Amino acid sequence: MRLQCPHCGPRGLAEFTYHGDATVQRPVDRGAGSSAAWADYVYLRDNKAGVHQEYWYHQAGCHAWLVVTRHMRSHEVMAVRAAMVRA
Amino acid sequence: MRYSALSVLKQALTGHKGWQPAWRDAVPAPHYDVVIIGGGGHGLATAFYLARDYDVGRIAVVERSWLGNGSIGRNTTIIRSNYLLPGNLPFYELSLKLWEGLERDINYNAMVSQRGVYNLFHSDMQRDAYARRGNAMRLHGIDAVLLDRAALRKTIPYLDYENARFPIQGALLQARGGTVRHDAVAWGYARAAAKLGVDIIQNCEVTGIRQMGGVAVGVETSRGYIGAGKIGMAVAGATSQVAAMAGLRLPIESHALQAFVSEAVKPLVDHVITFGAGHFYISQSDKGGLVFGGDIDGYNSYAARGNLPTIEDVCEGGMAMMPMLGRARLVRHWGGVMDMSMDGSPIIDKTPVTNLYLNAGWCYGGFKATPASGVCFAHLIAREAPHEVAVGYRLDRFAEGWVIDEKGSGAQPNLH
Repeated sequence: MRLQCPHCGPRGLAEFTYHGDATVQRPVDRGAGSSAAWADYVYLRDNKAGVHQEYWYHQAGCHAWLVVTRHMRSHEVMAVRAAMVRA
Repeated sequence: MRYSALSVLKQALTGHKGWQPAWRDAVPAPHYDVVIIGGGGHGLATAFYLARDYDVGRIAVVERSWLGNGSIGRNTTIIRSNYLLPGNLPFYELSLKLWEGLERDINYNAMVSQRGVYNLFHSDMQRDAYARRGNAMRLHGIDAVLLDRAALRKTIPYLDYENARFPIQGALLQARGGTVRHDAVAWGYARAAAKLGVDIIQNCEVTGIRQMGGVAVGVETSRGYIGAGKIGMAVAGATSQVAAMAGLRLPIESHALQAFVSEAVKPLVDHVITFGAGHFYISQSDKGGLVFGGDIDGYNSYAARGNLPTIEDVCEGGMAMMPMLGRARLVRHWGGVMDMSMDGSPIIDKTPVTNLYLNAGWCYGGFKATPASGVCFAHLIAREAPHEVAVGYRLDRFAEGWVIDEKGSGAQPNLH
Protein backbone atom coordinates (compact mmCIF):
# COMPACT_ATOMS: atom_id res chain seq x y z
CA MET A 1 0.00 0.00 0.00
CA ARG A 2 1.29 3.45 -0.96
CA LEU A 3 -0.43 6.76 -0.42
CA GLN A 4 -0.39 9.60 -2.94
CA CYS A 5 0.34 12.58 -0.71
CA PRO A 6 -1.01 15.72 -2.43
CA HIS A 7 2.16 17.58 -1.38
CA CYS A 8 4.90 14.91 -1.61
CA GLY A 9 3.66 12.46 -4.25
CA PRO A 10 3.47 8.66 -3.80
CA ARG A 11 5.07 7.62 -0.51
CA GLY A 12 5.47 4.36 1.44
CA LEU A 13 3.09 3.47 4.22
CA ALA A 14 5.79 3.63 6.90
CA GLU A 15 5.83 7.44 6.63
CA PHE A 16 2.22 7.76 7.73
CA THR A 17 0.31 7.50 10.99
CA TYR A 18 -3.30 6.40 11.07
CA HIS A 19 -6.08 8.15 12.93
CA GLY A 20 -9.27 6.31 12.03
CA ASP A 21 -12.68 7.10 10.58
CA ALA A 22 -12.84 10.58 9.01
CA THR A 23 -16.63 10.67 8.80
CA VAL A 24 -17.41 10.91 12.51
CA GLN A 25 -18.51 14.39 13.51
CA ARG A 26 -17.33 16.04 16.69
CA PRO A 27 -20.43 17.26 18.53
CA VAL A 28 -20.95 20.91 19.34
CA ASP A 29 -20.35 20.84 23.09
CA ARG A 30 -23.40 21.88 25.01
CA GLY A 31 -22.33 20.52 28.37
CA ALA A 32 -23.74 17.55 30.20
CA GLY A 33 -26.77 17.19 27.99
CA SER A 34 -24.71 15.99 25.05
CA SER A 35 -22.89 13.04 26.66
CA ALA A 36 -24.65 10.49 24.44
CA ALA A 37 -23.48 12.38 21.37
CA TRP A 38 -19.93 12.46 22.76
CA ALA A 39 -19.94 8.72 23.51
CA ASP A 40 -21.16 8.16 19.97
CA TYR A 41 -18.39 10.34 18.52
CA VAL A 42 -15.59 8.89 20.63
CA TYR A 43 -16.52 5.19 20.57
CA LEU A 44 -19.06 4.10 17.95
CA ARG A 45 -18.07 3.33 14.37
CA ASP A 46 -19.89 2.06 11.28
CA ASN A 47 -16.84 -0.14 10.52
CA LYS A 48 -18.21 -1.18 7.14
CA ALA A 49 -16.44 -3.75 5.01
CA GLY A 50 -16.51 -1.44 1.98
CA VAL A 51 -15.25 2.03 1.12
CA HIS A 52 -13.83 3.85 4.14
CA GLN A 53 -12.77 7.47 4.59
CA GLU A 54 -9.97 7.80 7.10
CA TYR A 55 -7.41 10.23 8.48
CA TRP A 56 -3.71 9.68 7.88
CA TYR A 57 -0.96 11.99 9.13
CA HIS A 58 2.18 12.34 7.01
CA GLN A 59 4.43 12.16 10.03
CA ALA A 60 7.74 11.45 8.28
CA GLY A 61 6.95 13.82 5.44
CA CYS A 62 5.13 17.13 5.11
CA HIS A 63 3.17 16.78 8.41
CA ALA A 64 -0.13 17.25 6.59
CA TRP A 65 -3.34 15.58 7.72
CA LEU A 66 -4.90 13.67 4.86
CA VAL A 67 -8.28 12.11 4.17
CA VAL A 68 -7.80 8.80 2.34
CA THR A 69 -10.66 6.96 0.64
CA ARG A 70 -9.79 3.25 0.67
CA HIS A 71 -11.56 -0.08 0.22
CA MET A 72 -11.45 -2.26 3.33
CA ARG A 73 -11.38 -5.62 1.53
CA SER A 74 -8.87 -4.86 -1.24
CA HIS A 75 -6.85 -2.00 0.34
CA GLU A 76 -7.34 -0.15 -2.97
CA VAL A 77 -6.72 3.57 -2.40
CA MET A 78 -9.33 5.52 -4.35
CA ALA A 79 -8.58 9.10 -3.37
CA VAL A 80 -6.32 11.18 -1.13
CA ARG A 81 -6.94 14.80 -0.28
CA ALA A 82 -5.62 17.24 2.29
CA ALA A 83 -7.93 17.21 5.32
CA MET A 84 -8.09 21.01 5.35
CA VAL A 85 -9.56 21.01 1.82
CA ARG A 86 -13.33 20.59 2.05
CA ALA A 87 -14.64 17.64 0.04
CA MET B 1 -16.47 -42.94 19.99
CA ARG B 2 -14.41 -42.05 23.03
CA TYR B 3 -10.75 -41.35 22.30
CA SER B 4 -8.26 -43.18 24.49
CA ALA B 5 -4.98 -45.05 24.28
CA LEU B 6 -7.07 -48.21 23.94
CA SER B 7 -9.08 -46.83 20.99
CA VAL B 8 -5.85 -45.80 19.22
CA LEU B 9 -4.40 -49.28 19.77
CA LYS B 10 -7.59 -50.96 18.59
CA GLN B 11 -7.68 -48.85 15.43
CA ALA B 12 -4.00 -49.47 14.79
CA LEU B 13 -4.59 -53.21 14.88
CA THR B 14 -7.57 -52.99 12.53
CA GLY B 15 -6.01 -50.76 9.88
CA HIS B 16 -7.54 -47.47 11.11
CA LYS B 17 -10.76 -48.32 9.28
CA GLY B 18 -13.12 -47.72 12.17
CA TRP B 19 -12.63 -44.01 12.85
CA GLN B 20 -15.84 -41.99 12.74
CA PRO B 21 -16.21 -38.36 11.63
CA ALA B 22 -15.45 -36.16 14.64
CA TRP B 23 -18.77 -34.32 14.45
CA ARG B 24 -22.07 -34.54 12.61
CA ASP B 25 -22.42 -32.11 9.69
CA ALA B 26 -26.00 -31.12 10.49
CA VAL B 27 -28.79 -29.84 8.23
CA PRO B 28 -30.56 -26.80 9.69
CA ALA B 29 -33.83 -27.50 11.54
CA PRO B 30 -36.63 -24.91 11.31
CA HIS B 31 -36.20 -23.80 14.91
CA TYR B 32 -33.70 -23.97 17.78
CA ASP B 33 -33.87 -22.73 21.34
CA VAL B 34 -30.41 -21.17 20.98
CA VAL B 35 -28.60 -20.30 17.75
CA ILE B 36 -24.94 -19.33 18.03
CA ILE B 37 -23.70 -17.38 15.02
CA GLY B 38 -20.05 -18.21 14.35
CA GLY B 39 -18.36 -21.62 14.32
CA GLY B 40 -15.02 -20.43 15.60
CA GLY B 41 -13.44 -21.18 18.94
CA HIS B 42 -15.67 -18.92 21.00
CA GLY B 43 -18.93 -19.97 19.31
CA LEU B 44 -18.15 -23.68 19.59
CA ALA B 45 -16.97 -23.33 23.19
CA THR B 46 -20.19 -21.47 24.03
CA ALA B 47 -22.30 -24.23 22.46
CA PHE B 48 -20.34 -26.90 24.34
CA TYR B 49 -20.70 -25.28 27.78
CA LEU B 50 -24.36 -24.41 27.09
CA ALA B 51 -25.12 -28.03 26.24
CA ARG B 52 -23.07 -29.46 29.11
CA ASP B 53 -23.91 -27.10 31.96
CA TYR B 54 -27.32 -25.59 31.22
CA ASP B 55 -30.73 -26.89 30.24
CA VAL B 56 -31.59 -24.63 27.33
CA GLY B 57 -33.03 -27.09 24.81
CA ARG B 58 -31.84 -27.48 21.23
CA ILE B 59 -28.68 -25.62 20.22
CA ALA B 60 -27.21 -24.89 16.78
CA VAL B 61 -23.95 -23.27 15.68
CA VAL B 62 -24.13 -21.68 12.23
CA GLU B 63 -20.88 -20.95 10.40
CA ARG B 64 -20.64 -19.13 7.08
CA SER B 65 -17.51 -20.97 5.98
CA TRP B 66 -15.92 -24.15 7.22
CA LEU B 67 -15.43 -24.72 10.88
CA GLY B 68 -12.39 -22.92 12.25
CA ASN B 69 -11.65 -20.83 9.15
CA GLY B 70 -11.55 -17.60 11.13
CA SER B 71 -9.21 -16.42 13.85
CA ILE B 72 -9.19 -19.77 15.69
CA GLY B 73 -7.15 -21.17 12.80
CA ARG B 74 -4.97 -18.09 12.25
CA ASN B 75 -3.60 -17.16 15.64
CA THR B 76 -0.23 -17.81 17.28
CA THR B 77 -1.64 -20.26 19.87
CA ILE B 78 -0.45 -18.60 23.08
CA ILE B 79 -2.25 -18.94 26.41
CA ARG B 80 -1.48 -16.83 29.49
CA SER B 81 -3.19 -14.74 32.17
CA ASN B 82 -0.53 -12.09 32.84
CA TYR B 83 -2.86 -9.12 32.84
CA LEU B 84 -2.90 -6.10 35.15
CA LEU B 85 -6.42 -4.76 35.57
CA PRO B 86 -9.06 -6.15 37.95
CA GLY B 87 -11.66 -6.55 35.17
CA ASN B 88 -9.32 -8.77 33.17
CA LEU B 89 -7.30 -10.83 35.68
CA PRO B 90 -10.05 -13.14 37.05
CA PHE B 91 -11.43 -13.74 33.55
CA TYR B 92 -8.13 -14.73 31.96
CA GLU B 93 -7.15 -16.80 34.98
CA LEU B 94 -10.42 -18.73 34.71
CA SER B 95 -9.54 -19.28 31.07
CA LEU B 96 -6.08 -20.60 31.93
CA LYS B 97 -7.55 -22.95 34.54
CA LEU B 98 -10.02 -24.22 31.94
CA TRP B 99 -7.15 -24.80 29.48
CA GLU B 100 -5.45 -26.90 32.14
CA GLY B 101 -8.44 -29.25 32.27
CA LEU B 102 -9.64 -28.86 28.69
CA GLU B 103 -8.43 -32.13 27.23
CA ARG B 104 -10.26 -34.14 29.88
CA ASP B 105 -13.36 -31.94 29.53
CA ILE B 106 -13.67 -32.50 25.79
CA ASN B 107 -11.83 -35.85 25.43
CA TYR B 108 -9.56 -34.40 22.77
CA ASN B 109 -5.82 -33.93 22.55
CA ALA B 110 -5.43 -30.17 22.16
CA MET B 111 -1.70 -30.36 22.91
CA VAL B 112 -1.89 -27.95 25.83
CA SER B 113 1.74 -27.15 26.61
CA GLN B 114 2.49 -25.02 29.68
CA ARG B 115 5.98 -24.11 28.60
CA GLY B 116 6.11 -20.69 30.30
CA VAL B 117 5.68 -17.15 28.99
CA TYR B 118 8.67 -14.82 29.46
CA ASN B 119 8.10 -11.07 29.05
CA LEU B 120 11.53 -9.43 28.70
CA PHE B 121 12.31 -6.05 30.19
CA HIS B 122 15.07 -3.71 29.10
CA SER B 123 15.09 -0.77 31.50
CA ASP B 124 14.53 0.13 35.16
CA MET B 125 11.13 1.62 34.37
CA GLN B 126 10.05 -1.48 32.55
CA ARG B 127 11.21 -3.68 35.42
CA ASP B 128 9.08 -1.60 37.79
CA ALA B 129 6.09 -1.95 35.47
CA TYR B 130 6.54 -5.71 35.26
CA ALA B 131 7.05 -5.99 39.02
CA ARG B 132 3.76 -4.19 39.44
CA ARG B 133 2.05 -6.48 36.94
CA GLY B 134 3.49 -9.56 38.64
CA ASN B 135 2.30 -8.29 42.02
CA ALA B 136 -1.20 -7.68 40.63
CA MET B 137 -1.22 -11.22 39.31
CA ARG B 138 -0.07 -12.70 42.62
CA LEU B 139 -2.71 -10.72 44.50
CA HIS B 140 -5.22 -12.53 42.29
CA GLY B 141 -3.65 -15.91 43.06
CA ILE B 142 -1.88 -16.17 39.69
CA ASP B 143 1.70 -17.37 39.35
CA ALA B 144 4.30 -14.75 38.45
CA VAL B 145 8.06 -14.62 38.96
CA LEU B 146 10.33 -11.67 38.29
CA LEU B 147 13.63 -13.00 36.96
CA ASP B 148 16.84 -11.02 36.95
CA ARG B 149 19.24 -11.11 34.05
CA ALA B 150 21.40 -13.93 35.43
CA ALA B 151 18.46 -16.20 36.16
CA LEU B 152 16.92 -15.53 32.75
CA ARG B 153 20.22 -16.10 30.98
CA LYS B 154 20.55 -19.50 32.62
CA THR B 155 17.22 -20.60 31.13
CA ILE B 156 17.34 -18.76 27.82
CA PRO B 157 20.98 -18.21 26.86
CA TYR B 158 20.57 -17.39 23.17
CA LEU B 159 19.10 -13.87 23.36
CA ASP B 160 21.03 -10.67 22.65
CA TYR B 161 21.73 -9.67 26.25
CA GLU B 162 24.44 -7.18 25.23
CA ASN B 163 22.25 -5.29 22.77
CA ALA B 164 23.56 -1.72 22.99
CA ARG B 165 20.17 -0.06 22.63
CA PHE B 166 17.91 -2.54 24.43
CA PRO B 167 20.00 -4.65 26.83
CA ILE B 168 17.93 -7.45 28.37
CA GLN B 169 17.73 -6.95 32.14
CA GLY B 170 15.36 -9.74 33.06
CA ALA B 171 11.85 -11.03 32.53
CA LEU B 172 8.48 -11.53 34.10
CA LEU B 173 7.71 -15.24 33.94
CA GLN B 174 4.32 -16.88 34.02
CA ALA B 175 5.28 -20.55 34.12
CA ARG B 176 1.71 -21.78 33.63
CA GLY B 177 1.39 -19.91 30.33
CA GLY B 178 2.22 -21.66 27.10
CA THR B 179 0.70 -22.79 23.82
CA VAL B 180 -2.18 -24.94 22.60
CA ARG B 181 -2.76 -26.53 19.20
CA HIS B 182 -5.29 -23.99 17.89
CA ASP B 183 -7.14 -26.05 15.25
CA ALA B 184 -7.57 -28.89 17.71
CA VAL B 185 -9.42 -26.49 20.00
CA ALA B 186 -12.05 -25.85 17.32
CA TRP B 187 -12.24 -29.52 16.35
CA GLY B 188 -12.33 -30.73 19.94
CA TYR B 189 -15.07 -28.32 21.02
CA ALA B 190 -17.07 -29.14 17.87
CA ARG B 191 -16.81 -32.85 18.51
CA ALA B 192 -17.68 -32.53 22.18
CA ALA B 193 -20.62 -30.20 21.47
CA ALA B 194 -21.97 -32.41 18.67
CA LYS B 195 -21.80 -35.37 21.02
CA LEU B 196 -24.08 -33.47 23.42
CA GLY B 197 -26.59 -32.92 20.62
CA VAL B 198 -25.53 -29.53 19.26
CA ASP B 199 -26.16 -29.10 15.51
CA ILE B 200 -23.07 -27.72 13.78
CA ILE B 201 -24.09 -26.20 10.45
CA GLN B 202 -21.24 -25.19 8.15
CA ASN B 203 -21.44 -23.15 4.93
CA CYS B 204 -24.47 -21.36 6.32
CA GLU B 205 -24.04 -17.59 6.20
CA VAL B 206 -26.31 -15.39 8.29
CA THR B 207 -27.73 -12.67 6.04
CA GLY B 208 -30.26 -11.12 8.38
CA ILE B 209 -31.59 -11.13 11.94
CA ARG B 210 -35.38 -11.21 12.08
CA GLN B 211 -37.02 -9.15 14.83
CA MET B 212 -40.58 -8.73 16.01
CA GLY B 213 -41.23 -5.70 18.17
CA GLY B 214 -37.65 -5.36 19.38
CA VAL B 215 -37.26 -9.10 20.02
CA ALA B 216 -34.91 -11.25 17.92
CA VAL B 217 -36.80 -14.33 16.71
CA GLY B 218 -34.52 -15.93 14.15
CA VAL B 219 -31.80 -15.65 11.53
CA GLU B 220 -32.06 -15.46 7.76
CA THR B 221 -29.29 -17.59 6.28
CA SER B 222 -27.98 -18.73 2.93
CA ARG B 223 -29.66 -22.06 3.77
CA GLY B 224 -33.05 -20.59 4.68
CA TYR B 225 -34.68 -19.07 7.74
CA ILE B 226 -33.87 -20.56 11.15
CA GLY B 227 -36.10 -19.61 14.07
CA ALA B 228 -34.39 -19.08 17.41
CA GLY B 229 -35.44 -18.54 20.99
CA LYS B 230 -32.13 -16.81 21.70
CA ILE B 231 -29.33 -15.74 19.37
CA GLY B 232 -25.68 -15.37 20.38
CA MET B 233 -23.20 -13.57 18.13
CA ALA B 234 -19.61 -14.85 18.34
CA VAL B 235 -18.32 -13.56 15.03
CA ALA B 236 -15.12 -11.67 15.84
CA GLY B 237 -13.83 -10.14 12.62
CA ALA B 238 -17.34 -9.64 11.22
CA THR B 239 -19.03 -8.35 14.37
CA SER B 240 -19.93 -4.92 12.99
CA GLN B 241 -21.58 -6.47 9.91
CA VAL B 242 -23.66 -9.02 11.82
CA ALA B 243 -24.60 -6.48 14.50
CA ALA B 244 -25.66 -4.03 11.78
CA MET B 245 -28.22 -6.63 10.66
CA ALA B 246 -29.91 -5.99 14.01
CA GLY B 247 -29.48 -2.22 13.69
CA LEU B 248 -26.60 -2.00 16.18
CA ARG B 249 -23.54 0.24 15.92
CA LEU B 250 -20.64 -0.92 18.08
CA PRO B 251 -17.41 0.43 19.62
CA ILE B 252 -15.36 -1.82 17.33
CA GLU B 253 -13.01 -1.37 14.38
CA SER B 254 -11.68 -4.23 12.26
CA HIS B 255 -7.90 -4.35 11.82
CA ALA B 256 -5.39 -6.63 10.13
CA LEU B 257 -2.95 -8.69 12.20
CA GLN B 258 -0.17 -10.70 10.60
CA ALA B 259 1.57 -13.80 11.88
CA PHE B 260 4.66 -15.60 10.68
CA VAL B 261 6.29 -19.01 10.67
CA SER B 262 9.83 -19.96 9.74
CA GLU B 263 11.14 -23.16 8.21
CA ALA B 264 11.26 -26.05 10.67
CA VAL B 265 14.38 -26.20 12.81
CA LYS B 266 15.46 -28.49 15.64
CA PRO B 267 14.06 -27.71 19.11
CA LEU B 268 15.41 -24.30 20.00
CA VAL B 269 12.81 -22.03 21.59
CA ASP B 270 11.44 -23.98 24.55
CA HIS B 271 9.17 -21.21 25.84
CA VAL B 272 7.09 -18.27 24.70
CA ILE B 273 9.26 -15.14 24.72
CA THR B 274 8.13 -11.57 24.22
CA PHE B 275 10.44 -8.67 23.39
CA GLY B 276 9.87 -5.70 25.67
CA ALA B 277 11.32 -2.89 23.57
CA GLY B 278 9.12 -3.47 20.55
CA HIS B 279 6.17 -5.66 19.81
CA PHE B 280 7.54 -9.12 19.02
CA TYR B 281 6.88 -12.55 20.45
CA ILE B 282 8.01 -16.02 19.49
CA SER B 283 7.45 -19.68 20.25
CA GLN B 284 8.24 -22.90 18.44
CA SER B 285 5.64 -25.29 17.11
CA ASP B 286 5.91 -29.04 17.55
CA LYS B 287 6.68 -29.30 13.83
CA GLY B 288 9.72 -27.08 14.44
CA GLY B 289 8.60 -23.84 12.82
CA LEU B 290 9.34 -20.67 14.74
CA VAL B 291 5.97 -18.98 15.14
CA PHE B 292 6.13 -15.25 15.71
CA GLY B 293 4.18 -12.03 15.44
CA GLY B 294 3.93 -8.44 16.53
CA ASP B 295 1.67 -5.43 16.17
CA ILE B 296 -1.49 -5.10 14.14
CA ASP B 297 -0.95 -3.24 10.89
CA GLY B 298 -2.61 -0.18 12.38
CA TYR B 299 -5.38 0.73 9.95
CA ASN B 300 -8.90 -0.54 9.38
CA SER B 301 -9.02 -3.62 7.17
CA TYR B 302 -11.14 -6.62 6.28
CA ALA B 303 -8.57 -7.97 3.83
CA ALA B 304 -7.14 -10.74 6.05
CA ARG B 305 -3.70 -9.72 4.82
CA GLY B 306 -1.29 -6.97 5.75
CA ASN B 307 1.47 -4.83 4.32
CA LEU B 308 5.27 -4.90 4.22
CA PRO B 309 6.14 -2.17 6.79
CA THR B 310 4.66 -4.30 9.58
CA ILE B 311 6.54 -7.39 8.39
CA GLU B 312 9.75 -5.35 8.47
CA ASP B 313 8.94 -3.99 11.93
CA VAL B 314 8.21 -7.45 13.35
CA CYS B 315 11.39 -8.90 11.87
CA GLU B 316 13.46 -5.99 13.21
CA GLY B 317 12.08 -6.71 16.68
CA GLY B 318 13.00 -10.35 16.27
CA MET B 319 16.53 -9.54 15.14
CA ALA B 320 17.07 -7.15 18.06
CA MET B 321 16.01 -9.81 20.56
CA MET B 322 17.40 -12.95 18.98
CA PRO B 323 19.89 -12.25 16.17
CA MET B 324 20.22 -15.91 15.15
CA LEU B 325 16.68 -15.58 13.79
CA GLY B 326 18.23 -13.92 10.74
CA ARG B 327 19.53 -17.31 9.63
CA ALA B 328 16.07 -18.85 9.45
CA ARG B 329 13.99 -18.48 6.32
CA LEU B 330 10.43 -17.23 6.58
CA VAL B 331 8.13 -19.87 5.14
CA ARG B 332 4.71 -18.35 5.52
CA HIS B 333 3.00 -15.26 6.77
CA TRP B 334 -0.71 -14.65 6.88
CA GLY B 335 -3.28 -12.21 8.18
CA GLY B 336 -6.50 -12.22 10.11
CA VAL B 337 -9.23 -9.70 10.82
CA MET B 338 -9.26 -8.48 14.42
CA ASP B 339 -12.25 -7.10 16.29
CA MET B 340 -10.45 -4.13 17.86
CA SER B 341 -12.59 -2.65 20.61
CA MET B 342 -12.17 0.96 21.65
CA ASP B 343 -10.52 0.14 25.00
CA GLY B 344 -8.71 -3.05 24.02
CA SER B 345 -10.99 -5.30 26.10
CA PRO B 346 -13.79 -7.63 25.01
CA ILE B 347 -17.56 -7.34 25.26
CA ILE B 348 -19.79 -10.15 26.58
CA ASP B 349 -23.22 -8.68 27.14
CA LYS B 350 -26.87 -8.46 26.17
CA THR B 351 -27.74 -6.06 23.38
CA PRO B 352 -30.58 -3.52 23.19
CA VAL B 353 -32.43 -6.16 21.12
CA THR B 354 -34.14 -8.70 23.41
CA ASN B 355 -32.84 -12.28 23.06
CA LEU B 356 -29.79 -11.13 21.07
CA TYR B 357 -26.45 -11.52 22.85
CA LEU B 358 -23.02 -10.21 21.96
CA ASN B 359 -19.56 -11.75 22.31
CA ALA B 360 -17.05 -9.49 20.55
CA GLY B 361 -14.09 -7.14 20.69
CA TRP B 362 -11.36 -9.69 21.41
CA CYS B 363 -8.71 -7.54 19.75
CA TYR B 364 -5.72 -9.78 19.05
CA GLY B 365 -6.00 -11.74 22.30
CA GLY B 366 -9.04 -13.89 21.69
CA PHE B 367 -7.42 -17.30 21.47
CA LYS B 368 -6.29 -17.55 25.09
CA ALA B 369 -9.78 -16.45 26.13
CA THR B 370 -11.61 -19.20 24.25
CA PRO B 371 -12.69 -21.46 27.14
CA ALA B 372 -13.65 -18.65 29.54
CA SER B 373 -15.41 -16.79 26.75
CA GLY B 374 -17.48 -19.91 26.12
CA VAL B 375 -18.29 -20.37 29.82
CA CYS B 376 -19.22 -16.71 30.33
CA PHE B 377 -21.24 -16.37 27.12
CA ALA B 378 -23.12 -19.59 27.88
CA HIS B 379 -23.84 -18.30 31.38
CA LEU B 380 -25.10 -14.98 30.01
CA ILE B 381 -27.39 -16.64 27.47
CA ALA B 382 -28.77 -19.24 29.88
CA ARG B 383 -29.07 -17.12 33.02
CA GLU B 384 -29.65 -13.65 31.54
CA ALA B 385 -26.95 -12.29 33.83
CA PRO B 386 -23.19 -11.85 33.43
CA HIS B 387 -20.84 -14.51 34.80
CA GLU B 388 -19.01 -13.24 37.88
CA VAL B 389 -15.64 -12.97 36.10
CA ALA B 390 -17.09 -11.12 33.10
CA VAL B 391 -19.05 -8.37 34.86
CA GLY B 392 -16.68 -5.73 33.51
CA TYR B 393 -17.24 -6.65 29.86
CA ARG B 394 -20.42 -4.62 29.51
CA LEU B 395 -21.42 -3.00 26.26
CA ASP B 396 -22.40 0.24 28.00
CA ARG B 397 -19.04 0.68 29.75
CA PHE B 398 -17.88 3.05 27.00
CA ALA B 399 -20.76 5.49 27.41
CA GLU B 400 -20.68 5.10 31.21
CA GLY B 401 -16.94 5.61 31.64
CA TRP B 402 -15.98 2.13 32.91
CA VAL B 403 -13.57 1.26 30.13
CA ILE B 404 -10.95 -1.44 30.79
CA ASP B 405 -7.96 0.10 29.08
CA GLU B 406 -5.14 -2.40 29.79
CA LYS B 407 -2.69 -0.48 27.62
CA GLY B 408 -3.82 3.01 28.56
CA SER B 409 -3.94 4.28 25.01
CA GLY B 410 -7.51 5.58 24.88
CA ALA B 411 -10.15 5.16 22.20
CA GLN B 412 -7.61 4.44 19.45
CA PRO B 413 -7.98 0.80 18.45
CA ASN B 414 -4.81 0.82 16.35
CA LEU B 415 -2.76 1.58 19.48
CA HIS B 416 -4.11 -1.23 21.67
